[in-house]
Amino acid sequence: MKYVDEFRDPAKAKAILNEIQSLLTKTAIVKQRPLQIMEFCGGHTHTIFRYGIEKLLPETIEMVHGPGCPVCVLPRGRVDDALSLAERDNVIFTTFGDAMRVPGSQKSLLQAKADGADIRMVYSPLDALNLARKHPDKQVIFFALGFETTMPSTALTILQAEKQAIENFSLFCNHITTAPTIKAILDEPDMILDGFLAPGHVSMVIGKQPFEFIAEHYHKPIVITGFEPLDILQSIWMVVQQISAQRSTVENQYARVAKASGNLPGLQAIQQVYELDASSELRGLGKLDHSGVKIRDDYQQFDAEKKFALTKHAASDPAETCCGDVIKGLMRPWQCHAFGNSCKPETPLGALMVSSEGACAAYYNFGNVNELLARRQKDTVNS
Amino acid sequence: MCLGIPGQIIEIIDADNMLAKVDIGGVTRSVNIACIVNDQDDLSDYLNDWVLVHVGFAMSRIDENEAQKTLALLQELGEMQQEMDTMQSMEPQS
Repeated sequence: MKYVDEFRDPAKAKAILNEIQSLLTKTAIVKQRPLQIMEFCGGHTHTIFRYGIEKLLPETIEMVHGPGCPVCVLPRGRVDDALSLAERDNVIFTTFGDAMRVPGSQKSLLQAKADGADIRMVYSPLDALNLARKHPDKQVIFFALGFETTMPSTALTILQAEKQAIENFSLFCNHITTAPTIKAILDEPDMILDGFLAPGHVSMVIGKQPFEFIAEHYHKPIVITGFEPLDILQSIWMVVQQISAQRSTVENQYARVAKASGNLPGLQAIQQVYELDASSELRGLGKLDHSGVKIRDDYQQFDAEKKFALTKHAASDPAETCCGDVIKGLMRPWQCHAFGNSCKPETPLGALMVSSEGACAAYYNFGNVNELLARRQKDTVNS
Repeated sequence: MCLGIPGQIIEIIDADNMLAKVDIGGVTRSVNIACIVNDQDDLSDYLNDWVLVHVGFAMSRIDENEAQKTLALLQELGEMQQEMDTMQSMEPQS
């Protein structure tokens, strides 16, 4: 227990909270409105709810939950694309567990599996490559998802497949990049944001440089943040320090894991296998320039979309949900009328309710649902 | 999928393909270490090192104290179980 205690040491937490409080009294903005700080990463959202960090913070700080949860921003059309690959004859479709329950326009991968498709959950893309070795008579497809954190793993798996001439393996590429996604949020006209917590494990791969534009051009403080409760409190404190001193730079609270230069071998593998796509669609954010990557032509034999001549599906989100506004931080999950009614963790309509890193699931699992629904009711009556 | 789990490198199993056996919370599995290795180093230099493992790839070297703290926290949160179950269900060969 000694190690756990160190991360949740109440005395340390209290000391940081006192520092934040005292800085806030000297910060001009909070006399007009609460500070809006976005944690981009779904992993951070999860920690914030799990430990009730929002309740510890002064009322003059509001956390805005960002879109950094890969399955949450996966458009329904891409789930339909995945299903059309998975339901082909002679295919073993492999995926990280997170993607199994994300609803497509008709069903999820989990439902397709129940209907007989050969869909398997794997821990690593290397496990998928191994399946390809074991089943030379089958086509094994891996559903590549994630921001830069998981990109080195899929790029290195393709390089491995090439080296070992494994021809029955391919990747259905849905990787997205962090910086263009943050830029899209900052360019949103109604958005009020005062600072960011940057994702620690994305930064571990890409380093500090890709975030510089946020500080330089948008003049917002941004702090690379670890995943323990005290990491998050400390990073909020660092953001508030910058706001109060009217500074904006990229700072690194998670230097013990994320180096300023990132992970060089990982970046080289990404560079070798992937190139930026002209534009990609993200759920809730629409089409964004250079937000996604595609497999370079040199490795096109491993690109499932080309190998199986995929016809892309287009599908909009269910009309009753407000996934887009929630992803952008313009609306709180409980303000959506589907939340807690037609959209629940056991029967999710939108992806934000599926993943444990999604803002809606976090509010549902760790918030007081009845209280939130009462609040929505009251807001509706008043409006 | 973005969760990193600390583990300790206990054996180099395939230097050509950069595969090492890593002990992750008492479970061993092969992990690709290409992202933490400097070209000029001998792979045996990395034995007993602690690393942060993401989806089967070691992504960062960390110190033991940090590793133990993170393991204890993840275990307490019960967040390791699903990853560990999937991890054990399929062990890749080199």
